Amino acid sequence: MGASHHASDQPEWVAPFFESAEQQRSAASMGMWLFLAQEILFFSGLFMAYIAYRWLYPQTWLSGAEVLNKWMGAANTVVLLTSSLTMVLAIRDLQLKKTVMAVRWIWITVGLAGMFLVVKAFEYAHKFHMGIFPGSHYEGGAVEGMAGVFFGIYYTATGLHALHVVIGMGLLGWLAMKIRNGSVTAENDVLAENLGLYWHLVDLVWIFLFPMLYLVK
Amino acid sequence: MSTETEAVEAPEPSYLAAHRGWKSWAFSVDHKRIAVMYLVATTLFMIAGGVMAGLVRIELFTAAGDLLDADQYNRAFTLHGSIMVFLVIIPAAPAVLGNFVLPLMLGARDVAFPKLNLASFHVYMLGASMLLMAMVLGSFDTGWTFYTPYSSTTVGPVAWALTGVFILGFSSILTGLNFIVTIHKMRPPGMTWLRLPLMLWSMYATSAVQILATPVLAITVLLLIIERSIGIGIFDPTLGGDPVLFQHFFWFYSHPAVYIMILPAFGIVSEMVAVHSQRSIFGYKGIAGSSLAIAIVGSLVWGHHMFTSGQSIYSSVLFSFLTFFIAVPTAIKVFSWVATMYKGRIQFTPPMMYVFSFLALFMIGGLTGVVLGALSIDVHLHDTYYVVAHFHYVMMGGAILTYIGGLHHWWPKMFGRMYPMRLANITSALVFISFNLTFLPMFVVGSRGMPRRYYEYIASFESLNQIATVGAICLGASLFVTLGYLIYGAFRGEIASENPWNAKSLEWQTASPPIEHNFHYQPTVSSTPYDYDGAEAEEEQKVAEASK
Repeated sequence: MGASHHASDQPEWVAPFFESAEQQRSAASMGMWLFLAQEILFFSGLFMAYIAYRWLYPQTWLSGAEVLNKWMGAANTVVLLTSSLTMVLAIRDLQLKKTVMAVRWIWITVGLAGMFLVVKAFEYAHKFHMGIFPGSHYEGGAVEGMAGVFFGIYYTATGLHALHVVIGMGLLGWLAMKIRNGSVTAENDVLAENLGLYWHLVDLVWIFLFPMLYLVK
Repeated sequence: MSTETEAVEAPEPSYLAAHRGWKSWAFSVDHKRIAVMYLVATTLFMIAGGVMAGLVRIELFTAAGDLLDADQYNRAFTLHGSIMVFLVIIPAAPAVLGNFVLPLMLGARDVAFPKLNLASFHVYMLGASMLLMAMVLGSFDTGWTFYTPYSSTTVGPVAWALTGVFILGFSSILTGLNFIVTIHKMRPPGMTWLRLPLMLWSMYATSAVQILATPVLAITVLLLIIERSIGIGIFDPTLGGDPVLFQHFFWFYSHPAVYIMILPAFGIVSEMVAVHSQRSIFGYKGIAGSSLAIAIVGSLVWGHHMFTSGQSIYSSVLFSFLTFFIAVPTAIKVFSWVATMYKGRIQFTPPMMYVFSFLALFMIGGLTGVVLGALSIDVHLHDTYYVVAHFHYVMMGGAILTYIGGLHHWWPKMFGRMYPMRLANITSALVFISFNLTFLPMFVVGSRGMPRRYYEYIASFESLNQIATVGAICLGASLFVTLGYLIYGAFRGEIASENPWNAKSLEWQTASPPIEHNFHYQPTVSSTPYDYDGAEAEEEQKVAEASK
């Protein structure tokens, strides 16, 4: 094949169909931003449903928010925000070639994500104990009006968010392996950057879910 | 356009001959092989969806319900609609023609993410099998629109179909993402945005809609699956949900989805009309910009599906206005295509026949769409055969037939062989005539009040329905002839040259069929691919001389 199509002095981690490392990097980065755009539109359906039913059943929404545990929600917000910080520190250490520290920060991020899920599980368990199930299974009695719809949206939104947290934990573990075996490095760090962006989005979705479901009066 | 060539050492095998065995296809990351796999899959599904359409039309041959009972009829039109929409029209043009020509038009070796491209295909096949499982497992009869509360309460394998649609959405999103990044990041030296082939402008607009609208469908069907399985009360009115909210969610995707279907056709027509008239395209910027305008405004008109669903009259007025407004960018395109032909050297080739067919059918489909966008008229025409005729003129006459025309245009490039041209010309005329025979009568029965989705109807509509059924059978037969000669052409046809149509875009500057890595050299570009009268090259030269 034509040699000019791919300069042979490229590092071996640049795929042959890219002209340069820079082209590969900017393509991967743009791909991630577009992926995040579709993630936001995916969650937007839930936000829209929240707004529509808040409009229809304002009283239910007020008394529903009272039932949710604000302290647990706040604690989880702190945990997730901290995990975003540790993710940034991981990428910074990777770029400074402190590989061991970078891997350590990633595992701390995964640990914080796990902590978030544990708190969430306690919240769910407590609600189930009170008979607060989504939709038609609602037996709680403490909330006025269409409580089933409120908790239907609550469980779906926080559940889908938690699913994103679980997927993020898997991806971050994979990233830690790749850094350790040298396939993600200070020069070829776009995967770390992209997963960092994903992790911040997961954080950001929670930043919206927490006040909407727990706080807004 | 100018190119820099380098000495070629030895002839290289084409992408078709480079590897052998089924694994070299099923796990190939070559965009051309992936396109051919999509071509085979969408064609098979098109036949399946066509058979369902045939059942519907034969049932409607007589006013009484005799061939199918009501339940079987409901299943037949549901499968026809969902197969054609989700498995054929949405993926066909981007995933077959887009995949094949997009990197070639950019002079690139592949799309930006080849593995993701292969993953899109596998995800597509997985979603398709889930959707088809619903057909095997029992009575899937909600219509392709899955309206609640019927879809949230009916028994039957609706959840299978919904899961299939959810998975298919991923395939669509990933393809769109791949194309946008490829167009942004992998253009060859000299290809500025205003030298982009118009096919790529429309693929860009299509991909933007795929990325931004499809996730809303994903959350919608996911919520419906959860509603069906545990009853969260989001769409079910007995639990406090609002079924009209489902319609809003559904059409927020599914109206833009009709632009996912028609925008690639606009791109295909733009290429074909310029090449087969041997004339520079009229209004390049108008055509490119109107694709983006359609993508944007088309995302804001979903409420025109709900004029009779009890949405606020103020919303309806706004949606009606925007629906009228979208005719403006569309008309800019149609006038530009017609103006391109003026004083051109029009070649009566099969792709040009499909351009003529497109212009006539799309005009009818588009203008009847404006009629339906009028609030008071829509109350009468809503859910009648007038709507059925309208969207078949756009979706089938506009999107599918143009996709088939595009196959005729790029077939010699894809397979290096030509189909029998004369037969193709005659068949394209037969397709056009039988298409009109099928769908024109539906405007008449529809405006007289024949509702859609019933397996029997009053006797006075019988003769027009019989014309439509005869037309449908002729249409099916003509399309089978088309399939036959295209397959014959791919294997046994005359060997085609690199550039049989004297086209100027980059895909015609490499071998037919292309080599595995597309080009032996890095192509460069110095004008739009429509510079037939040399005006742009002249301009370029003047600028170059002036700067000396």
